[in-house]
Amino acid sequence: MDAVSETTAKRRKGATAEEMATRQRDISVSEFFAKNRHLLGFDNPRKALLTAVKEAVDNSLDACEEAGILPEIAVIIEDLQPDRPATAKSSRYRLTVVDNGPGIVRKQVENIFGRLLYGSKFHRLKMSRGQQGIGISAAGMYGLITTGRPMVIHTKPKAGSAAHHIELAMNTKTNRAEVTTDDEVKDFPPARLASITQGTRALVAEGGFLSPETFRTGTSVSIELEGRYQRGRGSVDEFLELTAIANPHARITFVPPSRDAGSEDDASVLAHAEASAATKATATTETGGVVIYPRGVQELPPETREIQPHPKGIELGILLQMLKDYEATEKGSLFTFLQERFCRVSSATAAQMCKAADATSRTRAGDVEAPQAEKLFQFFQEVKLPPPPTDCLAPIGVRQLLAGMLKGVRAEFYAASSRSAEVYRGRPFQIEAAIAFGGDLPADEPARVIRFANRVPLLFQQSACSSFKAVLETGWKNYNLQQPRGSLPAGPLVIMLHMASVWVPFTSESKEAIADYDEIRKEMKLALMECGRKLGTYLNKRAKMRREGERRDVFERYIGEISKAIGAITGEDAKRLYDALHAQAKRKTAVADQHLDEDGKVLREQEELDDDGVLIVPAAITGAEIDAPAADDVPVRAPSPRKPKAGPSSTPAAKPAPRVPAPASKPAAKPAAKPASKPTPTASKPPVPRRPSQDGPTLF
Amino acid sequence: MAKKTTQSIAERDARTQKKIVELAQAISKMTLSGREPQLSIPTRTKSNTVWNRKKGILEMGDGTADRPLFDLKTAKQFMQTMLHASTIKDLIEAGKTSSLRGVFYKAKHTVAGTKENTFDTQDESDPILEDLEVALAALREELHVFAENRGSMVGNITIVDKGDEIDCRRMGSGGYALPSIVEPDVIQFKKCEAKFILHVEKGTVWNRFNEDRFWEKHNCILTHGAGQPPRGCRRLLQRLNQELGLPIICVLDNDPWGHYIYSVIKQGSISLAFESTRLAIPEAKFLGIRAKDFRQCGLDDAVKIDLTDNDIKRAREIAAYPWFEGHKGWQKEIQAMLTNGFKMEVESLITKDISYVSETYVPERLKAKDWLD
Repeated sequence: MDAVSETTAKRRKGATAEEMATRQRDISVSEFFAKNRHLLGFDNPRKALLTAVKEAVDNSLDACEEAGILPEIAVIIEDLQPDRPATAKSSRYRLTVVDNGPGIVRKQVENIFGRLLYGSKFHRLKMSRGQQGIGISAAGMYGLITTGRPMVIHTKPKAGSAAHHIELAMNTKTNRAEVTTDDEVKDFPPARLASITQGTRALVAEGGFLSPETFRTGTSVSIELEGRYQRGRGSVDEFLELTAIANPHARITFVPPSRDAGSEDDASVLAHAEASAATKATATTETGGVVIYPRGVQELPPETREIQPHPKGIELGILLQMLKDYEATEKGSLFTFLQERFCRVSSATAAQMCKAADATSRTRAGDVEAPQAEKLFQFFQEVKLPPPPTDCLAPIGVRQLLAGMLKGVRAEFYAASSRSAEVYRGRPFQIEAAIAFGGDLPADEPARVIRFANRVPLLFQQSACSSFKAVLETGWKNYNLQQPRGSLPAGPLVIMLHMASVWVPFTSESKEAIADYDEIRKEMKLALMECGRKLGTYLNKRAKMRREGERRDVFERYIGEISKAIGAITGEDAKRLYDALHAQAKRKTAVADQHLDEDGKVLREQEELDDDGVLIVPAAITGAEIDAPAADDVPVRAPSPRKPKAGPSSTPAAKPAPRVPAPASKPAAKPAAKPASKPTPTASKPPVPRRPSQDGPTLF
Repeated sequence: MAKKTTQSIAERDARTQKKIVELAQAISKMTLSGREPQLSIPTRTKSNTVWNRKKGILEMGDGTADRPLFDLKTAKQFMQTMLHASTIKDLIEAGKTSSLRGVFYKAKHTVAGTKENTFDTQDESDPILEDLEVALAALREELHVFAENRGSMVGNITIVDKGDEIDCRRMGSGGYALPSIVEPDVIQFKKCEAKFILHVEKGTVWNRFNEDRFWEKHNCILTHGAGQPPRGCRRLLQRLNQELGLPIICVLDNDPWGHYIYSVIKQGSISLAFESTRLAIPEAKFLGIRAKDFRQCGLDDAVKIDLTDNDIKRAREIAAYPWFEGHKGWQKEIQAMLTNGFKMEVESLITKDISYVSETYVPERLKAKDWLD
């Protein structure tokens, strides 16, 4: 005892263990993340605004899909300090996201919006956008920290009854919500939103914005936050545009704030610079500043199943915890535990596993000692097991990929491929790729890579992402494209990669890049190569067609002279000769037409085969505006209204140019014409996307 | 006589006219019956040229080339051929003649609706006319087309040209300009005292001989063809040779080009092989300049012009022509030039004396019959 006090005395006067103990206490997750908000994607005002949008939209889409509702989402950003100096680094905004999802029952509202790490998605192995249950509450917390204002939630879980109106603030110490307002209101979506800008008023008048018929149920979340709205890379606009591509089944309306914070980086989203207008104009429309991303397909993604973990995909500690949990709830045997809590474990395999763990099939799970568990874990690694089931994945699908790309990128050639499911660390995943080539895309810049994980666009840390590496490692030169050593291919090209998985391995909580697993990168490369091959074939074909076209030009040039000369010699009717020669020239160079037709045929066959995954838009080559519904055998771009320059609301004289057609403008002709020309054997499947339209619904 | 000629011309024109119409009708028939139109044109290439050893001339073989309209390589030529056919028909109908250049301009215009010309240069046009000649088996004069006057003649002969009597002894310093069409219906030989023809390569040399009244002293006819002699010149030489039995003696440069000119005069050319019977003069003789002359005449080093690689290549080609191949003299001559490593123009003889060529060189060689044939 003495010795101890002596040593203490010799030491510098410091805190005793007791004193220290008084200061040691729980750190709530909320506190942790409030301090480390960059981990969640709130590192700067611009990104904070984007992250808030992203979390809210992800939640909305997940909720709609789970409830089997075609998502209809409105994103509204209000500028609360429109008079701020132009140099302001950040400014106060109110972000509101409204969806037509199933709504939230009253008692869950606080948990969902007021607690970090609370959610339905973390504990299960099921494909969804959200994973950790951090997102929306973190956004609310960020808003609270920066503005002191609570989150405002309107939610209507029942179509017939009133909506809940709740305002809540998170207590970061307790990780619990403190409700400040709680009442019921009649109007949903909140009527205030309809008249925010001139554009929204115009749209509401047409019934195209927040109509109560569409939003029979749903949720609206408003967060006031310090942010910075600026277009370009990594912006809200880019996020929504890419989201629309990966979610062609969703209709998204975006009301941007009145002012864009400077334009140091005014490059747009899909293409760079001026091409953006074109890419957007395809299918996206703007009315008085309101951007509408129309719906491209009418089907929801297939419902996904939750799966149990695969024995090869867990770690020893997890196994021990699972055993403990099982004992606590079920008190069953190891034999049943193995079959119930894992996938792909048959009774025979389970018996083998018990034996390997020096246990019998009767041994209770709770009685399994640590060394036994370790033996069991060893055996997991050695035993041969079928890979995990893959029906838990909902890939976007080739058709939908094409529809999405067509909607967002104005190109000439589109190809998509969907790989079959594979496994990394016992978790099933599936890779999809799509490329768009030519058209209005900038010709001499590096290709644009757009990345998605479970349909969520990834906007940051491109070079850290497995998908980016896969693009670099693919030999694009084989497909007639240029590719400087170790770089992206160059040319009018957009490359899209999507990973669908029950658990996407992100490199960080802010979910910006996919970790570089060999299995994943390999699949990505294979998907890209598939698309690349299709592109290569197309480019060859196109070159051939051009040559034939040129040949025809030559012949047509001369036959006029020839028929005149012969007519002059023989006294025959030159016109008759000309017609005969012209017919011959056409026949002779029919190759040029034939190839066009063949491409058309390829397209048609594809509808039947369902896996060709190619779409060609000849009109995009010329960029011609085609107004009438074109011949049915040539896929044609939608009437592409040049994006009317969004007039600021201060100039009401400018034509409002509402290019969103009334729902019934010209719907009947299309669907009627299609089945007539080619009875689709796969009637249940959606036909290949042809003409995106502002009112998508009528076409798909 | 004159009337008969006119009549024969009318008949000839009607014949040509008919050939052109038939050609066009054939194309029109193909077109309307759905077949792809094509012309069939005898090929004027070396491979379709036959060396008639017995006659000593080049003749055209039977080879023909199809000229389909619907082929990128021949589409434009097809059009050009038809345009020229139409132009010629107009010429014949109007009873007029036109120069090669005139025909070129008549048919040259912008293709409707494009920026492309039917013909860009006369170099494109002339071969098409030759194609028509062979395709229609009609000579140029029958097509009412003539070339520019080229070459001159002076000497002890009187001719009638379109009814005008021309005394070639009284042609001043310029001489009688050789027209491109010298057929009997245009030019008749009235009176000839000359005993032979001295044909020189170009005008400058010809001037020398004319100024020195060489033709008077040696009782001959003096001609030149301004380099490669045109058809008019060659035809006239051939007629003088055939009809009046005058030997042709050539004084040309000592280089592959000079050798080739001699070859063309003697056996005919590849591109006009179809006309060789009217143009070639198998007994034409090559007097000089010879490779040996540099030493024999004691010329100055300054007259040497180095043979280029192209010259050497060309010389070997000429040496391999069937009509030179078995000819020891010519093999030796070409070999001697190659051994020299240089070529000489006729003018190089001026270094000896201004009139060395006309007063010494040619008379001596003529006397010694020192020539190649």
